[in-house]
Amino acid sequence: MSTSSPPSRRSRLPLRARLATTVGGAAGRASRLAGRGDGSVIGGVIGLRLKPDLLSLLARGRQVVLVTGTNGKTTTTRLITAALGTLGQQVASNAFGANMEAGLVSALARAPDATMAVLEVDEKYMPTMLEATGARVVVLLNLSRDQMDRAAEIWLLARRWRATLAAADCRVIANADDPLVAWAAGQAKKVTWVAAGQRWHDDSWCCPNCGSHLRRDGEDWYCGECSYRRPPVSWVLAGEEVIDPTGRSRTLELNLPGRANRSNAVIALAVADVFGVGVTQALGALEHVRSVAGRYTRIQRRGCDLRLLLAKNPAGWLEALDILAPAPVPVLLAVNAQVVDGRDTSWLWDVDYRRLRGRQVFVTGERRTDLAVRLEADEVAFRVVGSVDEAVDLARSPAMEVIANYTAFQQIRAVLGREA
Amino acid sequence: MENGPGWGGGPQRPSAIRLVWIYPDLLSTYGDRGNLLVLARRARLRGLPVEIAEVNSDQRVPMDGDIYLLGGGEDLPQVLASRRLGAAGGLSAAVGRGAVVLAVCAGYQIIGTEFGGPEGEPVQGLGLLDISSGRGERRGVGEIVADVDPALGVERLTGFENHQGVTRRGPDVKPLATVVTGVGNGDGTEGSYSGRVVGTYLHGPALVRNPGLADLLLGWVVGALPPIDPRQEELVKDLRRERLAAQPATA
Repeated sequence: MSTSSPPSRRSRLPLRARLATTVGGAAGRASRLAGRGDGSVIGGVIGLRLKPDLLSLLARGRQVVLVTGTNGKTTTTRLITAALGTLGQQVASNAFGANMEAGLVSALARAPDATMAVLEVDEKYMPTMLEATGARVVVLLNLSRDQMDRAAEIWLLARRWRATLAAADCRVIANADDPLVAWAAGQAKKVTWVAAGQRWHDDSWCCPNCGSHLRRDGEDWYCGECSYRRPPVSWVLAGEEVIDPTGRSRTLELNLPGRANRSNAVIALAVADVFGVGVTQALGALEHVRSVAGRYTRIQRRGCDLRLLLAKNPAGWLEALDILAPAPVPVLLAVNAQVVDGRDTSWLWDVDYRRLRGRQVFVTGERRTDLAVRLEADEVAFRVVGSVDEAVDLARSPAMEVIANYTAFQQIRAVLGREA
Repeated sequence: MENGPGWGGGPQRPSAIRLVWIYPDLLSTYGDRGNLLVLARRARLRGLPVEIAEVNSDQRVPMDGDIYLLGGGEDLPQVLASRRLGAAGGLSAAVGRGAVVLAVCAGYQIIGTEFGGPEGEPVQGLGLLDISSGRGERRGVGEIVADVDPALGVERLTGFENHQGVTRRGPDVKPLATVVTGVGNGDGTEGSYSGRVVGTYLHGPALVRNPGLADLLLGWVVGALPPIDPRQEELVKDLRRERLAAQPATA
């Protein structure tokens, strides 16, 4: 954090809040220097201990965008930040995925002069973070089963979102193709509906409104019993194209792979539009995003070109398997079950691995035995390895795809070094 | 309720074991497909042919299945599934003629006489098992280990539970197991069974780490089971050892 740019936003903070951000910033730097993380949480934790309402104070007077949902938060936050960056002003962001209160505090404290902030927020904390930041825009991406041993059932989560957004004054940018998200945003005063697509349907067969069977007809969905149905949309993702509210269609030329990222990009364009950034201008910025906090990064390791894909839950694995380079490129799968991953590996049985049949597959991670049993049941041949390097040596391939869940991904990045 | 699901897995043979997965659209919260895959695999490894029907909630439940599987679900899908199954009647008819049922978590509650709805209100179940479930004080989340009723000859259960249900049994229903670690029914017991109807709070893919329970169900259908090539069981045994060793508590 800069302390030498008076008169900054920081200098307008109350004395105790200024002290809290200074001490917090120092702790963040110390944490980074000690190699104990990127320092984006510890500073916020200390700051909040000194000044519990620090987040409200730091957010005051800024235009805040909150980004939440099960998958795509970090990437969408990065894309929106890039688009808003074209306005030529500094944009604060928790770019490394620290998405609880301390992470938000650190992000704002690090950028005292930024008038805009794009902040990803853990699904559970969205209501309290919205109240604390007075956000101008809230982005709802998707909701699906994830870490169910520590998260609430997603319908209960959607119900909390719905009540919060009904009473809030923000603009909501919501994915109309996810029935649970649409319901959560359904009573908000100002909503921009985006047809951003939904690949994973298995958490939305029930009408969130009345509990009856939800019917699907192509892209449309509606309840057979009550009047609940897909809202009319103003932004549309159609294959590789984005159609804006004027009906103009343009090709999305992204350097991030897959349908899920096209979906994230269309939502980013809708957010940029709220801030007066036009589609052409925003698209120019989105093209430059190539990797996001290690996701999609390519790394050379012992003569092998590794690509790192993060997938944390069944919907995420579905999207990751979709973008794999075709056989014969080998695949390394890594699964852990630490607290932040969810201690329960049952979700492995929601992922269809059969499409990996006939290609070279390696499994690793702290719960590799669970993964091995899962692949065996799907009749996918595999080899169990202790490390990325062992897989690279055995594969003797110029390239390899790596899919890992959260802590397994971080462990692999640590092994592969800073460039990951 | 118009169309029957049709039997997958090849042409219908009278000798095949028919597996019916009930309402994967509503009752499949966390890996419930695992139970279907494990049963099919363990039958095929023995050379026993299998036919599979995945029956969504807008389809008719066939009455001629051998093993019926019900999975977990959140509150709304659970109520909807119970209502539809009660109206459809196919499952009750199948149980009446001796079919096997394995119901986990929300499915376990559905096959009882009553369970707690979204606001805690009592909802009528299918009454296939004389049990009733309500909502407990706290959510039971974590690994569960339980010793199975010795009469069933099944090894110690290992699994994961994630529920807030408390289940009481009527006089003709026995507990499936005694809890070693975890919550289960809330009274030190885990799951219930009566005849060939089995329910458990081990959620999702409960059979994956408990092949003995899978074999119990298959054995009820075909009688004495041929052995499985031990090489095909090594990984599962490793997984059982690993998970049981990871548990702090012992019997």
